[in-house]
Amino acid sequence: MSIERYRKRLTARGVKDLLFTNLCFVATLVGIFLLVVLLYSVFRDGRQRLSWEFLNSFPSRFPEKAGIKSALFGSLWVVVLTGAIAVPTGIAAAIYLEEFQRRRTWLTELIQVNISNLAGVPSIVYGLLGLAVFVRWMSLDRSVISGALTMALLILPMLITVSQEALKAVPDSYREGSLALGATQWQTIYRQVLPAALPGILTGVILSLSRALGETAPLILIGAVSFVRFVPENLGSSFTVLPIQIFNWTSQPQKGFQEAAAAGIIVLLVVLLSLNAAAIYLRHRASRHA
Amino acid sequence: MSIWRSVVVAGGIVVAAIGCGGPKEGAGSAADGSAGQELKGAVNVDGSSTVFPISQALAEEFMNVTPGVNVTVAESGTGGGFKKFGRGEIDITGASRPIEPSEDEVCKKNGVEYIELPIAFDGLTVVVNPKNNWADSLTVAELKRIWEPGSKIDNWSQVRAGFPDKPLKLYGPGTDSGTFDYFCEAITGGKGKSRSDYTASEDDNVLVQGVAGDEGALGYFGIAYYEENKDKIRALKIDGGDGPVEPSPETVRSGLYKPLSRPLFLYVNAKSLEKPQVKAFVDFCLDHAEKLVSQVGYVPLPAEAYGAGKKIVAEKRTGSRFMGETAKGLKIEDILAKEK
Repeated sequence: MSIERYRKRLTARGVKDLLFTNLCFVATLVGIFLLVVLLYSVFRDGRQRLSWEFLNSFPSRFPEKAGIKSALFGSLWVVVLTGAIAVPTGIAAAIYLEEFQRRRTWLTELIQVNISNLAGVPSIVYGLLGLAVFVRWMSLDRSVISGALTMALLILPMLITVSQEALKAVPDSYREGSLALGATQWQTIYRQVLPAALPGILTGVILSLSRALGETAPLILIGAVSFVRFVPENLGSSFTVLPIQIFNWTSQPQKGFQEAAAAGIIVLLVVLLSLNAAAIYLRHRASRHA
Repeated sequence: MSIWRSVVVAGGIVVAAIGCGGPKEGAGSAADGSAGQELKGAVNVDGSSTVFPISQALAEEFMNVTPGVNVTVAESGTGGGFKKFGRGEIDITGASRPIEPSEDEVCKKNGVEYIELPIAFDGLTVVVNPKNNWADSLTVAELKRIWEPGSKIDNWSQVRAGFPDKPLKLYGPGTDSGTFDYFCEAITGGKGKSRSDYTASEDDNVLVQGVAGDEGALGYFGIAYYEENKDKIRALKIDGGDGPVEPSPETVRSGLYKPLSRPLFLYVNAKSLEKPQVKAFVDFCLDHAEKLVSQVGYVPLPAEAYGAGKKIVAEKRTGSRFMGETAKGLKIEDILAKEK
């Protein structure tokens, strides 16, 4: 190969390299650009509505008096209950599948296939399931607990899959070392495997809780209502959540409600961001300890 | 194992935050109770999204004077509301059309008796872009030609001789909407009889945006959305046979604006009415509907109609007087005649 041919190919390779880098950069920009446009328009419309009063008042038919309190508390109730139900269940299921059933049997294969499939089921189907099982059959009515149970079902597949991946990533030498020192399986999991897998598991927990926070369709089916002027008092209370309140406001004719909806979106974003921040902090602490 | 501790602490903080929000409300509302302070419990309202602003206004005002009662309002649509109502799951459902025989059947099967109360009038408004300077009114026959299934009209010049050569773009609600059902019954004369090649949205604000940004647009929706957006869209007069009539609260109320005026209803579960808080809410509705209905952009019935409604509630007259009457434009006189 002569040196000129090599030079020519070198330039061509350089150009391709540059093209590819720029292509990736543009691809990144598309997502960010849309996000910025969205955030800009939301902040422009909703900024002046954001106030302590907005957070602390109930919805009203007067756009200027309408507040987000019942939806904010409804969302927090649902997310906390969903977490309380789904997180222990999901992690326990993942531990069972990864730590106690390491030899694949037809049963674990079946469970595994089902979990992967369930993760792809549209959320509205979970709503129908929740309506039939929790609301009607178990007659829990249109309550916070029905909503939380349905949401827990919705995020369980994702939670189990992510936790399984996190557990898989823990090197076997940890387990072997612990067992060789005479620890029981429970001690091995609790003291060695889980702390090492915790950062990954927490990421999964937060991602799935964020999904529960933004999900609307199943809760509408369950019977979350659009107009509530009280915060949930117990598990049997009627409730609404932020996305439903926002959706309701966007479909009202008065312009003031569009602003209230924009302010509601900001509140939802802030709640989501603080959830994520908490996750990052916990993950940081966890990885230091592991 | 301090990592476990921080997880627990983080969870604890959230639970505590929610905990302090709850009980304070209850304590605050009990203190300033006035007229109906001994009343307690819940009233569940569901149904049509068209009736939602009315139910919401009534619920809000009712809770201001009766803080012990929690009224919740959901919007599952007229059909969705009747489904829950027929199972006895809710106390009251709002409807933008009278109950259908099949829904009445379900109620009977489940032993749900109901009281039917007309609560307001709504006028469907046919709107165009403000740049449209050629059309001032349309006749029902012209609307029918535009909207009937299989219609090939896609230019204003085909609508009426003399209209310019401009493309006609159609906007309307989706097929799940009570507004769609009513428009079909009144204009094309059949259940769900409509062409389907138009821009459809269940969200009326989307329709407003569409018509506002398209010179050749024609769309229809409830009068409340027109009243709020008069700067962006223009309403057409409708000629139902006696000359063009402008849609306005007055013409809807007097019955001149036809055939696109429609009554809105509340259906109350007769068994729920035995609960004192439901009875109090229904009475409150009939006492205050006239004022509140116009506040939210709809047209109130004459005072006699609400008085007649009160009598129906007092006598617990159950069953529908309007069932199967979706096909023709009900006028206020028809309603009054039936209430007596």
